[in-house]
Amino acid sequence: MLYREAGQFKSTYAEDQQIFPIRQDRVAVSLLLAFAFVVVPAIGDQYWLGAIITPFLIFALAALGLNILTGYAGQLSLGTAAFMAVGAFMTYNFVLRMPWLGILPSIILAGLCAAAVGIVFGLPSLRIKGFYLAVATLACQFFVLWVLQRFGWFTNYSSSGVVTAQQIAILDFPFNTPERKYLLTLGIVVVMALAAKNLMRSETGRAFMAVRDMDVAASVIGIPMMKTKLLAFAISSFYCGVAGALHAFCFLGTVEPEAYSLDLSFRILFMVIIGGVGSILGSFLGAAFITLFPIFLNLVSTGLSQATGVEVSHALISNLESIIFGGLIVFFLIVEPQGLARLWQIAKEKLRLWPFPH
Amino acid sequence: MKYKVIAATMLAAAGFAGTASAQNEQFVPANFYWVGPYAPGGSGFGGGMIDYFALLNARDGGINGVKLTWEKCETEYRNDRGVECYERSKKKGPTGASVIHPLSTGITYSLIEKATADKIPVISMGYGRTDASDGRVFPYIFPLITNYWSQNTAKIKFIGMKEGGMQNLRGKKIVNIYHDSAYGKETIPVLDVQAKKYGFQVTHIAVAHPGNEQQAQWLQVRQIRPDWVILRGWGVMNPTALKAAQRAGFPREKILGVWWSGAEEDVIPAGDAAKGYYAAGFNLPGTSFPVMQDVLKHVYKGGKGEMEDKSRIGSIYHTRGIVAGIVTTEGIRKAQERFGKGKPMTGEQIRWGLENMNIDAKRLKELGAVGLMQPLKVSCLDHEGGGAVKFLQWDGRKWNVVSDWIASDQSIVRPMIEASAAQYAKEKGITPRDCSREK
Repeated sequence: MLYREAGQFKSTYAEDQQIFPIRQDRVAVSLLLAFAFVVVPAIGDQYWLGAIITPFLIFALAALGLNILTGYAGQLSLGTAAFMAVGAFMTYNFVLRMPWLGILPSIILAGLCAAAVGIVFGLPSLRIKGFYLAVATLACQFFVLWVLQRFGWFTNYSSSGVVTAQQIAILDFPFNTPERKYLLTLGIVVVMALAAKNLMRSETGRAFMAVRDMDVAASVIGIPMMKTKLLAFAISSFYCGVAGALHAFCFLGTVEPEAYSLDLSFRILFMVIIGGVGSILGSFLGAAFITLFPIFLNLVSTGLSQATGVEVSHALISNLESIIFGGLIVFFLIVEPQGLARLWQIAKEKLRLWPFPH
Repeated sequence: MKYKVIAATMLAAAGFAGTASAQNEQFVPANFYWVGPYAPGGSGFGGGMIDYFALLNARDGGINGVKLTWEKCETEYRNDRGVECYERSKKKGPTGASVIHPLSTGITYSLIEKATADKIPVISMGYGRTDASDGRVFPYIFPLITNYWSQNTAKIKFIGMKEGGMQNLRGKKIVNIYHDSAYGKETIPVLDVQAKKYGFQVTHIAVAHPGNEQQAQWLQVRQIRPDWVILRGWGVMNPTALKAAQRAGFPREKILGVWWSGAEEDVIPAGDAAKGYYAAGFNLPGTSFPVMQDVLKHVYKGGKGEMEDKSRIGSIYHTRGIVAGIVTTEGIRKAQERFGKGKPMTGEQIRWGLENMNIDAKRLKELGAVGLMQPLKVSCLDHEGGGAVKFLQWDGRKWNVVSDWIASDQSIVRPMIEASAAQYAKEKGITPRDCSREK
């Protein structure tokens, strides 16, 4: 009843082309942003901000990066964690070796380094597709970690290969508390998500989708294959690189190769698949599901055993949590193969007709 | 909107998790791992520590009447989950988390700055960041008993003993097979220094996580024909290495493992291939120690206790957890002596307690832990405290002690630690504490 667009007329092209054409959506999104920027830091404590919401935003950004490549441009990649590692290590090195640069330019430069690596490992995509391409990007995953582990320069010759991320500050304003780190992360994620949304509505985005849907047809209508595919790799890797930098500097506090294992690449791929392939919102929903749900299960099981007083072996609970989590993934994919974003879309369509669907 | 849904469900979960706690309690988080490839280590160590707390509660009514409480959190040996568990547990109990045992070198690294800012001591007993032994730069980090570098010098001493004197090490070849992680790489610099000092050759060979594929590495070992192999493995890498050594025809009596390679879980899966293999240890296995007898009597007899598989009681990981329980509670006890007996202590007070802890031979006897662990004296300068290592040999059924406590070579380790800590202090802008002014 509330969610109805009747009476909202559009008289200019600009109005017709805005991101959220329905007024209720615009209101909801601005409320959400206000909530995230103002209310969340005010009410959230260190645990929520530092251990739950910040990593969620960072993984959402990484998932968004992969979604640009896999969801929009149709190129399957298993090298996401490697691009994140490049971003994290290069930010560390830029801050270490060029301290006058400042943190934001360092992160951007590190993102560009990740983009360069992405272009190199995107070259096989010109010849191969699908699963074969996934295997080729797998090489990137192993190669990048191997380089970071073998060449001491990247870790400033640290004996253990783990370095602590430097303190970050913008114009002498230190980002040292969970609230500030959260706000920095949120700011970057919001800007980049907006940029991604607009990019996908532009000519570039349409070229990506044309390549995804049928690359032969796309090249027939004059879309340059090499430029489009490599651009997709570059943009995607840039997003992942920035996510990696934030992961190291705003969340973990350390930079180490083990944090960016193949396991992480798979988790980000699952975020995209569960959230919704080819959807900006889906990246956020998928990241929320994969990062937050195991913690939620863990909290509930701890709470339940405390509330009921039943002593259950912890090993059993821990394993049960993994089983439930896996089961739910299968369930979701059976019920809605197009991901959580599709569920959201269906809900919205139902809401527009409610309460008189006929 | 998405946030609101998440926030609502999360608040519901928080409501579940938040429990009312009595005032006279001391909360210690049990952030370990019970699933995944490293579960034997996490569940054994965590179980031992909790068993010791349960023993104190049942036998003595806690520490001077302050009951110990704990809550388990699954870290999966993953850094992000470890940080999440730390943040979740740090505010629990009347005084917050007393101490944190991360039981992972990676998580320890991630917690160094966070815990220092929150004033919560981190005990990384036998693992973690080695240069944190310099308490002037790392006031809240305690790599107690023996850090990796100290242990490594003791290993070279042991090899020297086996070869009939340190002078005989000249010209020998040693291969260091290590788990390719922060943990595995930590000893490379100290081995290089020792190689120069004693004149042996050292080759470092990495094994990628998780380590169940090692044919190439052992082929390389066969080509090098070393006199000794140092195995710096973790989890499934260890039995795999021993089996690969058998296949490569390398004598197991010439393989020397670190203590994270020297538990029952590391050798039993290798079967006969493990016979004769040496490993270092800072705690000994067995149930004959009085403290273990008390655990059996007061905890397990009542049907409680953490080890579901009773055959694991008294295993290496389990007694290591008992040692972790001892150093934790002794630190709290020491803090109570100064800040008020019978009161729960804050992390800051326990930090003082840990730093002034002195578990001498007499105290070890009172604890019923003579032989289980070495005497320990911590100071502001030295957050390690012990530094000695015993060596064990697997005979196919059980671990046998084959050496006395072998002291580490601090003349090599200490200058390296101080140099490394000083560099960290410089990078981070930390002014090291002046230990003569510490009260």
